[in-house]
Order: sequence, then C-alpha cells, then structure tokens
Amino acid sequence: MPRVAMLYDVARLEEKMLAAELRGRAELELVHLPSQPLRLGEPPGGGVDAALVRAISLYRAVSSAAVAESWGAAVVNPPVPLMAAGDKLLTQALLERRGIPTPRALVAYTPEAAVEAAGELGYPVVFKPTVGSWGRLAALAGDGEAVRSIAEHREALGGPYKVHYLQEYVRKPGRDLRVICVGGRAVAAAYRVSPGGWLTNAARGARSIPARLDGEAEELAVGACEAVGVEVAGVDLVEDPERGYLVLEVNGVPEFKSLTSATGVNVAASIAEHVVWRARV
Amino acid sequence: MAKVKCPVCGGLVEVDDDALPGELVEHDCGVVLEVHRGPNGSITLKPFEGVEEDWGE
Ligand SMILES: Nc1ncnc2c1ncn2[C@@H]1O[C@H](COP(=O)(O)OP(=O)(O)O)[C@@H](O)[C@H]1O
Ligand SMILES: [Mg+2]
Ligand SMILES: [Zn+2]
Repeated sequence: MPRVAMLYDVARLEEKMLAAELRGRAELELVHLPSQPLRLGEPPGGGVDAALVRAISLYRAVSSAAVAESWGAAVVNPPVPLMAAGDKLLTQALLERRGIPTPRALVAYTPEAAVEAAGELGYPVVFKPTVGSWGRLAALAGDGEAVRSIAEHREALGGPYKVHYLQEYVRKPGRDLRVICVGGRAVAAAYRVSPGGWLTNAARGARSIPARLDGEAEELAVGACEAVGVEVAGVDLVEDPERGYLVLEVNGVPEFKSLTSATGVNVAASIAEHVVWRARV
Repeated sequence: MAKVKCPVCGGLVEVDDDALPGELVEHDCGVVLEVHRGPNGSITLKPFEGVEEDWGE
C-alpha cells in the first residue's frame, strides 16, 4: 500500500471525510500541524509517497507543502501553486496571461491611486483583500470617499492589505458557481445562492444547489487550475449577463461539505483517488 | 464515547472514540476545544487557538 500523509490544522468535516477515504486506499499518516514539528528532508514514519495539504491557514499550507516536497513526496497541491491560488491577485495575473476571462481589475498602492482605479472601473466597485476567504473583509464601495477610507483602513492593517486590488462589480444573478476540479477534470458543481447581499459564500449563509456542469464552465475551471498549477481546487465563477462566465478565484485547499450534501457527489473520494494515484506514479 | 476533562471548566466532555487530532469540540462552558492524541492514542483537550487565513466555500 502506498503511504500518504495528510497535513492539516483543523479536522473539519472535509478532513474527516478525506481521512476515511484515504484509509481505504493507502496507509495514512495524519500530520496535525499544531501538535508537532516537521522535519525537513526527514519524512514521518520513514517515508511518504504522497502528501495531501489541507491546512486552512495559507502560510501553514504553503510551508508544510514545501516540507513535504523535501521528503520526496508527490504533494497535492505543491507549495508554489498553493501560494498563487492563495493570493487572488497572483491568481488573476496567471489567468489573464492564459486568456481566461475574469472581471476587469486594477491594482493600486496608495489610497489616491485606489480612488483613481475605482473611478476607472465605475461604481459600485469590489474592493477585496488579495488573501483570505469566506468573503472576509470584502467590500463593495459606492463612491470615491468609501474607497479612500477602505484603502486607509487596509493600510493600517499592513502586510498584504496594503496592496489595493479593485475589481469591476459583476452584475451576477444572485449566485456564483463553485466547480471542484481534481486531476484536470471537473467532478462536481453547485450554485451558491445568496440569502441577500452580494456575497455568495457558503460560510455567509448562501445555499448550495446542484448545477449541471456545462462544457464552458468545465473548460474554464480546468483551464484556471492549469494556469495556477493546482491539481485539486474549488474554482469560483460568476455569470456576467453579457460575457458569460468569469473566473473569480481558485481555492487551493477547497471546502466542499455543502457542495457534497447538495450534489451527492463524493468529492473526498475523488480527491483521495487522485492523491493515491500520485503516490503510485 | 470517551469522557475527557475540559481544561477550562473541569467538566466532562464527550469525545468520539475515533476523533482525529485537530477535531473541534464545543462544550457547555462556551470554549471550543481541540482534540489532541498522546503517543498511546489517549485523548486530551486544549482550548482552540483559532487559525487566521482560510480557503472557504
Ligand atoms: N467582481 C465581483 N463581482 C461580483 N461579485 C463578486 C466579485 N468578486 C467577488 N464577488 C462575490 O463575493 C464572493 C467572494 O469573493 P471571492 O473572490 O470568491 O473571495 P472569497 O470567497 O475568497 O472571499 C463571491 O463568491 C461573489 O459572490
Ligand atoms: Mg470564493
Ligand atoms: Zn468547559
């Protein structure tokens, strides 16, 4: 049996489902990151063929993926693609380069330049942090005064928040589409319908309803994963009334519990199968 | 079900025998507890410190 490590910080329902699916297919080494040090170049239990990275924290995910690579393991997802997926601006730049449609976006490094960028995009404008998720700190700004004050607050937070990433507001039909991709294939999709308000995150109370995977959504989602270099991901798409699907982001450690219960697709089994296949090749 | 002592209030908390390390358990006293496993598999609970960034749905 191949040896597979799962690296994680919180055992959410997803990690429990993944552990159960991996146990049936491989010898599983659970690596709970907060409880122990990791040794560079020294795999746990004497050897690991593949590692599945499931840390919620971006920096824990990227760094533990790098350590797993030092063990000689096949790592899903590898550290650099995880970093690219974890930063929405890095992701969008890679998508643009590959010609994948995205909402128009501008980057600014001062509040004044952010106001100029917003004026160019038109109001309301989406002003979201480059890192983070669950819609956390994502703002929809109605005018230049709001943009200036959000930018000033972000600068006070420091670090990645000092990069002002502004996006045109896509007039989507009250929902977005989450597509789970595994090993170059879309395995499941669900609409997330907002309970009201512009955010459609499941963590914000959006309802998941099963979606038929059409060829266009599948092609875009798989292309987005290739552009970023991730093997397992949750790709968020929004529907623009004129341009059709636009890719919003690529989640390198995707949650999938509400999608699983809505669609009945065993996402954890698909991921486990892929990781075990990577352990063998 | 294992009965494990809450490190905050001292009350007994029920934990699944097959709980994974890192599983979160809510408890009457209001604290969120994180499951830890000793070398012999024994279960202990620590207050959950939280994690910052995320990749949610
Ligand atoms: N440019 C945009 N236009 C319209 N809605 C958006 C835009 N960007 C984000 N949203 C909404 O906000 C939600 C969260 O944005 P997303 O980029 O997926 O970040 P995250 O989920 O990591 O917080 C999306 O699911 C979508 O409903
Ligand atoms: Mg999202
Ligand atoms: Zn207690």
